[in-house]
Amino acid sequence: MSASTAFAKARAEGRAALVGYLPAGFPSVEGSIEAMRVMVEAGCDVIEIGLPYSDPVMDGPTIQAAAQQALEGGIRTKDVLRVVEAVAATGTPTLVMTYWNPVERYGVERFAADLASAGGAGLITPDLTPDSAAGWIAAADQHDLDKVFLVAPSSTPERIAMTTAACRGFVYATAVMGVTGARTSTSDLAGPLVERTRAATELPIGVGLGVSNGDQAAEIAAYADGVIVGSAFVRTLLDHEGDLAAGLAALRTLTEDLAGGVRRG
Amino acid sequence: MSSQYDADELGYFGESWGGRFMPEALVAALDELTEAWQQAMADPEFVASFEKICSEYAGTPSLLYHAERLSKQVGARVLLKREDLNHTGAHKVRNVLGQALLTKRMGKTRVIAETGAGQHGVASATAAAYFDLDCTVYMGAVDTRRQALNVARMQLLGAKVIPVDSGSATLKDAINEALRDWVASVDHTAYLFGTAAGPHPFPSMVRDFTRGIGDEARAQCLEQYGALPDAIAACVGGGSNAIGLFTAFLEDESVQIYGFEPGGDGVETGRHAATIHAGESGVLHGARTYVLQDEDGQTIESHSISAGLDYPGVGPQHAHLAATGRATYLPVTDAEAMDALALLSRTEGIIPAIESAHALHGGLELARRLGEEKGPDATVIINLSGRGDKDMGTAIEWFGLGEAEIDQ
Repeated sequence: MSASTAFAKARAEGRAALVGYLPAGFPSVEGSIEAMRVMVEAGCDVIEIGLPYSDPVMDGPTIQAAAQQALEGGIRTKDVLRVVEAVAATGTPTLVMTYWNPVERYGVERFAADLASAGGAGLITPDLTPDSAAGWIAAADQHDLDKVFLVAPSSTPERIAMTTAACRGFVYATAVMGVTGARTSTSDLAGPLVERTRAATELPIGVGLGVSNGDQAAEIAAYADGVIVGSAFVRTLLDHEGDLAAGLAALRTLTEDLAGGVRRG
Repeated sequence: MSSQYDADELGYFGESWGGRFMPEALVAALDELTEAWQQAMADPEFVASFEKICSEYAGTPSLLYHAERLSKQVGARVLLKREDLNHTGAHKVRNVLGQALLTKRMGKTRVIAETGAGQHGVASATAAAYFDLDCTVYMGAVDTRRQALNVARMQLLGAKVIPVDSGSATLKDAINEALRDWVASVDHTAYLFGTAAGPHPFPSMVRDFTRGIGDEARAQCLEQYGALPDAIAACVGGGSNAIGLFTAFLEDESVQIYGFEPGGDGVETGRHAATIHAGESGVLHGARTYVLQDEDGQTIESHSISAGLDYPGVGPQHAHLAATGRATYLPVTDAEAMDALALLSRTEGIIPAIESAHALHGGLELARRLGEEKGPDATVIINLSGRGDKDMGTAIEWFGLGEAEIDQ
């Protein structure tokens, strides 16, 4: 199911969608499935499942630590697809966020086919831009999958037009020039970027990088169609390392706070 | 002057090697850099100032030295391209001076760099001092401990050295961290990439700044011996010194081209960094190239006694040259390289970097074979990419040196 359905539903309710990220296999394969189910129950409209990678150049220390823990736990690409299947079974659109090499290694066509049959909605590709993505675009189109590419504050109008034209599902606007990680204040680069992106496309626009609480979510929900949260969820689980029950309870509280935020914006 | 060996405008060598697999946030900067580099290379004034700095400050052209005792041993003419005599002791100074000059031209005020052994870090800190730029160097925490002397050098030159603890805490992680810095600082910061790898335009740009090695060697060989060499040899980690030597000879079909990769404990042990020989196609640090990776595309940690070659990827142009057969890439083990290091020290009075000792071992084998085939006039140019001072710690340990002998 395309993520656009969740954005449309949120829009119909007069609010922004909440998009939640966690890496598969963190704190364990089963633990990550449980955690994402909690996020769905507590108000996430779309789930992004991170595919842990050895060289995550767009991620700050928090997500790096979680990905490394997942890799040390022995997570494999096929396990990630298993997590996708379990989370997608909740009926919530479920995307995979992945650096490119694991997909290329698995085989682009094979990955698209297996993702589709696991019920996945598509891919978010932080280090693959549409001008390098011919193979993925063809495979995604064939399997009816979302292609979520990123726009950044540094993107030229030409690149925003090119990128949004290649997207399906939604457009991922990176609010800051920097890596992932919770920030104390939201970026003043996000608003103008959303405005420029909006001028180029009818697709919903999700804003990510740095959001960690309901108030920040509300601030972004005022002008974006979706609020994307990653590091704050990961941080919550890291803070309760060794006590999954407590971690899940805290995750529920955070999700509810954020879900309230996207309804205030 | 584009040739079949050059990248296309998207940075692809051949059908698929290279390219640009990078976050959108960096694309504008890479486009800006591509344009600035192309304009600079077409500007005679820029080219002239680069050549002037290289000759007056870095000491190029480096000598092409006929190693006569070694030549006798192997039965062929062995010529050493003495990049070890450059300022800072390696070919890397050419690359950083070029990139730093371009940084000035682009009006940026800060440079960042990654370093493994510290050679590129020291060269970057040197160029930053020379051009009055702020400099931050990312270095794996494991390497900062292995190479404390180079950390001190960088600091003395005014650079900030940041140890990187993430991942395997070595060169690849230093690159990751430098890229993370760059995403956040790209408006005023240039990334001085240390090798001919990474996203377009780095592989081609670094080649342009290092190709003087081969341009000089080709002219020197023709002038001194009236003929092209039969073969040329260089070590390949990321591959900047190799591409610097190879470029001038790519169209010379009679010249055999050899790259020698770090074979570590032996390719069969799995503990090596022979990326082309034993890796498979993948995407690492922004380019499609040969990568040491597992079944799922996770990067595998490489191993080499030479920190400067200890990298699980390789420049994409080398991948293309290997795939097309224009160049041959073979592994040389730690032990073979260390033997060659000792041999050159004792035979010619030159202590090479361990990196260069890989080229030396492979190049001498090559010379032996060519000597048998063609006689003693067979000529091999070996790139002596750097000097061995930085490697004395490793040499002391490997050979058990450092205790004065007591005469009983």
